[in-house]
Amino acid sequence: MPRIISNHCIVEDHWQVLTLAADETPATVTLPAAPVLLPLAVWLARRDEIIARYPQPGVWLDSDEGPEALAGDTDRFAVIAVNFPKFTDGRSYSSARLLRERYRYSGEIRAIGDVLQDQLFYMRRCGINAYALRADKDPEKALAGLTVFSDSYQAAADQPLPAFRRHATQEPA
Amino acid sequence: MYRYDRTDQQLIDERVAQYRDQMTRHLAGELSADELRPLRLQNGLYIQRHGPMLRIAIPYGMLAAAQLRKLAEISRRYDRGIGHLTTRQNMQLNWPQFEETPEILGELASVEMHAVQTSGNCIRNITSDHFAGVAADELTDPRPYCELLRQWSTFHPEFAFLPRKFKIAVNAAAQDRAVIRAHDIGLDLVRGDDGELGFRVFVGGGLGRTPILGKLVRDFLPRRHLLSYLDAILRLYNRYGRRDNLYKARIKILVQALGIEEFGRQVEAEWSELRDGPTTVPDAEFARLAAHFAPPAWQTLPAEDPAHTALISTDKAFANWVRRCVHPHKTPGYAAVTLSLKAPGVAPGDISDVQMIAVAELAERFSFGEARVSHEQNLVLADVRQSDLHAVWQIARSQRLATANIGLLTDMICCPGGDLCSLANARSIPIAAAVNEKFDDLDYLYDIGDLSLNISGCMNSCGHHHVANIGILGVDKNDEEWYQITIGGQQGNAATIGKVIGPSFYAMEVPEVIAALIDVYVEQRTASERFIDTLQRIGIEPFKTRAYAGRDRRRTAKVEHRETEVVSA
Ligand code: SF4
Repeated sequence: MPRIISNHCIVEDHWQVLTLAADETPATVTLPAAPVLLPLAVWLARRDEIIARYPQPGVWLDSDEGPEALAGDTDRFAVIAVNFPKFTDGRSYSSARLLRERYRYSGEIRAIGDVLQDQLFYMRRCGINAYALRADKDPEKALAGLTVFSDSYQAAADQPLPAFRRHATQEPA
Repeated sequence: MYRYDRTDQQLIDERVAQYRDQMTRHLAGELSADELRPLRLQNGLYIQRHGPMLRIAIPYGMLAAAQLRKLAEISRRYDRGIGHLTTRQNMQLNWPQFEETPEILGELASVEMHAVQTSGNCIRNITSDHFAGVAADELTDPRPYCELLRQWSTFHPEFAFLPRKFKIAVNAAAQDRAVIRAHDIGLDLVRGDDGELGFRVFVGGGLGRTPILGKLVRDFLPRRHLLSYLDAILRLYNRYGRRDNLYKARIKILVQALGIEEFGRQVEAEWSELRDGPTTVPDAEFARLAAHFAPPAWQTLPAEDPAHTALISTDKAFANWVRRCVHPHKTPGYAAVTLSLKAPGVAPGDISDVQMIAVAELAERFSFGEARVSHEQNLVLADVRQSDLHAVWQIARSQRLATANIGLLTDMICCPGGDLCSLANARSIPIAAAVNEKFDDLDYLYDIGDLSLNISGCMNSCGHHHVANIGILGVDKNDEEWYQITIGGQQGNAATIGKVIGPSFYAMEVPEVIAALIDVYVEQRTASERFIDTLQRIGIEPFKTRAYAGRDRRRTAKVEHRETEVVSA
């Protein structure tokens, strides 16, 4: 069973990611037995059916799909995954922050796709708390990527206060 | 200037450790070249024509003497004893060893320096006025705002993988010396109706292959909202900027596609969700940052030093230097000095290790231990007593740092071009050298007066040729170096993009063509006109005609710009 990083621990993971083959459509694709992360388009096309079928569904957003489409529904999901088609595509950082900070989603946000050690710190700051590393990477080794920096200047999903509101009166180094 | 607190130092030290680990993993085969690439770029490391190049950040151009000494030491120990100053007020080392770059970053961290985000698709070094804090025409010192932005942009978790690079500049003076409208975001500090400080915000400017001046997106942004408003702009850009085409990925293309009104409306909508949150900057934070830039202990001096005045009337060379390289200071008896890095025979913006030490000494003796880098690739000592100017001049002259050409034709902005940069279509440094040779008569240069001439080796426009009175752009035709000339560009409040005069020229022709353009000016000018004034009055045609008179244009087929990966200083 594949292993992922979840909240700083390595865990066995049972979620599958459903992607549509060329000849499949959101309306007709066979919904597998749980648990599965469904493409946003499938969720949008078959919302009621999915709610009836899965007690706690999962969904994944591609990097060009914003979380706006899930507004009002976020609490239904056990997992919302955000995809990084390439690690240099930074759009899903914004999606994750919006899910946490604007839509107040408190479940698991999982990074999927081209997920690598050296981006984990930024992902964590943006509210992502589970990381399905690219298949050829060792999650054990990648763990170190979560804790590269001990502090941050900006407010983000992990730290609502910017540094200047937390320690404005430090001694010079 | 700004001094690190514990958090700043800790973050920079952790950054060095992170980079060292990345390089170790790369050399051990655990991190591929492609995976390392954006990581090393965000630490300033490029792979260039002859090997690596390391771009060191100099936030808004401020340098302490100790930092200059360290740069001298690094350039001697890890490079060839030369640094190159860039239009983003940074310093590039052109010959470091790939494996030694973690050591260099470690050395830099020991003097509160780094190479963070000097490259890559992220927010780059914030630039500003090199006369900040001493200019008489300044509303307030822009540097506390620059520092606020430096901290906000450093390791910003949401904006480390933008569609393309992102440049921000801040001006706080009546005369813009930071070319703010050539930036992705240009910030102009102003006072609002009720006396509150804030910004006019320009967005979507940039040079490169599609030169555009930034458009006003907000007339007044109270300063406390600066970060949340920029978060809103950057978020829109991160989400909706084009990622399918490298050449259409800058924010200017998004602004153009939406139109500035619609873009502004979307920014306001996003901002309405963010404003008044914890990112709102309290006055106490502005005060804390401003304290770092408190004026040095200026003495009370007479506005004019009689000995200085006497020297000007007796020593012509000194007088020339004062005329071109000494600038007014808001405090009586003080002046700002530009140390020209545009001596004939030297690549524009290059400074040797020995010169760096000399500048550190000058700064310590005469300018409160600080120096600045100007985006025109010179160094500035901002707080020199008038009575010390002659001594400064003598030392600077002995170091070839006193060429009296600031603002003149030979004070060229020039990118490294084809000699060093792998993206170049053509070389720039030999063109600068040829222009210097052609115009080696200082008296004639003074007669020509204020004129900007900038050179870029390719469309990436690191040499800012679009905003020069005379711009020279390297183009590649059938593997030969050709040069396209634009005229009529300028920086400052009346920033203008220059116009191409016609088919490009062979390298050897360039100095003659420039001479022809100057001839037209000299013949047509009225007593008080600068080159740009005459050009604006009589139009581009007479210049064009003279530039091509008697030239065989059969060789000038339509120019294809080589598609290259884009970097810029
Ligand atoms: S303008 Fe072109 S040639 Fe010059 S430094 Fe920039 S990328 Fe290189």
